[in-house]
Amino acid sequence: MKQLFHGLVPVCRKEFVHVVRDPGTLFFALLIPVLQLLLFGFAIDTNVRQIPTVVFDESHTQDSRRLLESFASSDVFHLQSYAESKEELYETIRAGKARVGIRIPSDYARRLQDGTTATVLVLVDGSDSTVAGQAVSTATGVTLRQSLARVVPGGKMPIEVRPSVLYNPATRSANFFVPGLIAILLQVMTILLIALSVVRERERGTLEQLTMTPVAPLGLMVGKMIPYGVLAFFELCAILAIMRVVFQVPVHGSVLALLVMSLPFLLTVLGVGLVISSKARTQAEAFQLSMGTILPSVFLSGYIFLIENMPPFFQGISRLIPTTYYIRILRGIILRGAGAGELWANAVVLTAMGCAAILLAARQFVRQGAT
Amino acid sequence: MTATITAEHLTIRFGSFTAVHDVSLEVGQGELFGFMGPNGSGKTTIIKALCGLLKPSEGAGTILGLDIRRDATEIRRRVGYMSQKFGLYEDLTVAENIAFYAGVYGLRGRQAEQRKDEVLGLTGIEPYLKRRAGQLSGGWKQRLALACAIIHSPEVVFLDEPTAGIDPVARRALWDLFFRLSGQGVTFFVTTHYMDEAERCGRVGYIYLSKLIAIGTVAELQRLPEANPPGTSRIQIPAANPSAMLDAVRRIAGVREATIFGRSIHALVDTDRIASLKEEVPEAGVETIEPSLEDVFVTLTYRIMEASP
Repeated sequence: MKQLFHGLVPVCRKEFVHVVRDPGTLFFALLIPVLQLLLFGFAIDTNVRQIPTVVFDESHTQDSRRLLESFASSDVFHLQSYAESKEELYETIRAGKARVGIRIPSDYARRLQDGTTATVLVLVDGSDSTVAGQAVSTATGVTLRQSLARVVPGGKMPIEVRPSVLYNPATRSANFFVPGLIAILLQVMTILLIALSVVRERERGTLEQLTMTPVAPLGLMVGKMIPYGVLAFFELCAILAIMRVVFQVPVHGSVLALLVMSLPFLLTVLGVGLVISSKARTQAEAFQLSMGTILPSVFLSGYIFLIENMPPFFQGISRLIPTTYYIRILRGIILRGAGAGELWANAVVLTAMGCAAILLAARQFVRQGAT
Repeated sequence: MTATITAEHLTIRFGSFTAVHDVSLEVGQGELFGFMGPNGSGKTTIIKALCGLLKPSEGAGTILGLDIRRDATEIRRRVGYMSQKFGLYEDLTVAENIAFYAGVYGLRGRQAEQRKDEVLGLTGIEPYLKRRAGQLSGGWKQRLALACAIIHSPEVVFLDEPTAGIDPVARRALWDLFFRLSGQGVTFFVTTHYMDEAERCGRVGYIYLSKLIAIGTVAELQRLPEANPPGTSRIQIPAANPSAMLDAVRRIAGVREATIFGRSIHALVDTDRIASLKEEVPEAGVETIEPSLEDVFVTLTYRIMEASP
């Protein structure tokens, strides 16, 4: 056992000295995730409100004005301009000045009086699917309510839906996005730090020297993981504090459970960093490979898009991405107040992935002694 | 003489490329063995194989009686290695570098302190203990690298071009250290491009195109029949303007090789042409000389180059 990890302590001690000797790198490594969290945390808001809307009202009646008022009062639409012709209506949307166009035909009021069906045209710019979806469903809801009010005089509805959003009652975007962002930022920083530290040794020839000493591959790997793991853990605490204080995201579960269940994720990303470092010859290569892990973890981990909506092939891929499991842990504990009892399986998968990555990197290291 | 390092018909292939071809050699305890050859001829590969870092494709080898195929871990514990890149951490101080390697070799407590004092005393690097390794001059970097490479009192030390790019004074100081250690029974295996360094070695091997083509003491190599083809002599022609004279000498029939040595020209010529040569360059005296080590290696290399198109 001791042989397997030979050299761990001196490698670990030396690595801490490297970190302390290079305050510039340390500073940027710790500061950049914090800045990015602040930047993206404020920037990302998926709640659709006040969509710029252009109106072409050919009816000009009390009825048409009442309909427009109910659109305006929904908070989803902002009736900001009025068109004088069909062409102008389309042109405003094409030019990007409005995302929704409402056209009320001249026979609107008359048809309402007659009891025949009055039509209202709602044009939606589909170039942003979130906005389009929200616009369509709200427009449908608004007109449906107007119709019902006419059919059921006195306004008493037979059925009333009372939606109640659990766990994130205000449906604040920050609550949903910031926990995921933590995973991404932590991952990038950790992978980059450890991968660069190994590749730097390869570039300077000290790795070659180490292969000639009795240092065991696992001693070297784990010795390097400890200092960067400690750094990443501090960073995690800092990011969580910012999430709580700046973005006011409450942690419904146990903070202790959150910190403990973050350790398997740190293990995994450190392992991924080591695998990258075993492939990369230069620091530039290591940097590119590290950056290459970002997009899959953003798009396929459930951070932005629902995994359940992906084609089966991509669902399979998302299961191979460590971030997927960590985001489940983060959202589970932070938003839903879940505990280790519900989330342990994710931690187990992450631990297994981490150990596999470390063994893979160690094997690569042994083989490379041979080149 | 007990053999500390042995290699028997060692062959190492990387895919279809043969980096080392059928190399056999023996180095005795306390010997300072010099290993020469052009870049890429397989010097470093042999060192890696002897240290157990590379499994030979064919052949066998031992170090201190340990099998290089099976006992790699034990070999690494008892062998020191220093490369031309030094393997130092430039942002760590001299003391930290030494402490790191002491730790890596598993030295602890009193034993570690004692060894540190010993290597400091030997290399004289004590005044620079608190300095970062990156701020040392080339010569001191090398002494530090040597201190790190011998911290665990290895019985065998491999030095891969230890003096590349170092000034002559620092080089001599380093070689004095090698001799002191070798006097204490440490076996050295040194690769170098410097002929004067090779001439200091007890025995020298010359590897060319993956094959060991000559091995022996300097005197033995100088008398090698391949280096002194029958019917030829090595001569020295003093010259006031050697570079102007070189082309003239090369054009003379019977001159096989000619090169400049300071203010004279060294040439390998057919012995029966010496008389006529004296007539063609009348102003210079011609004397017969022993081949230098460089002459030997150049002649051997030309022979192989001519044999293989």
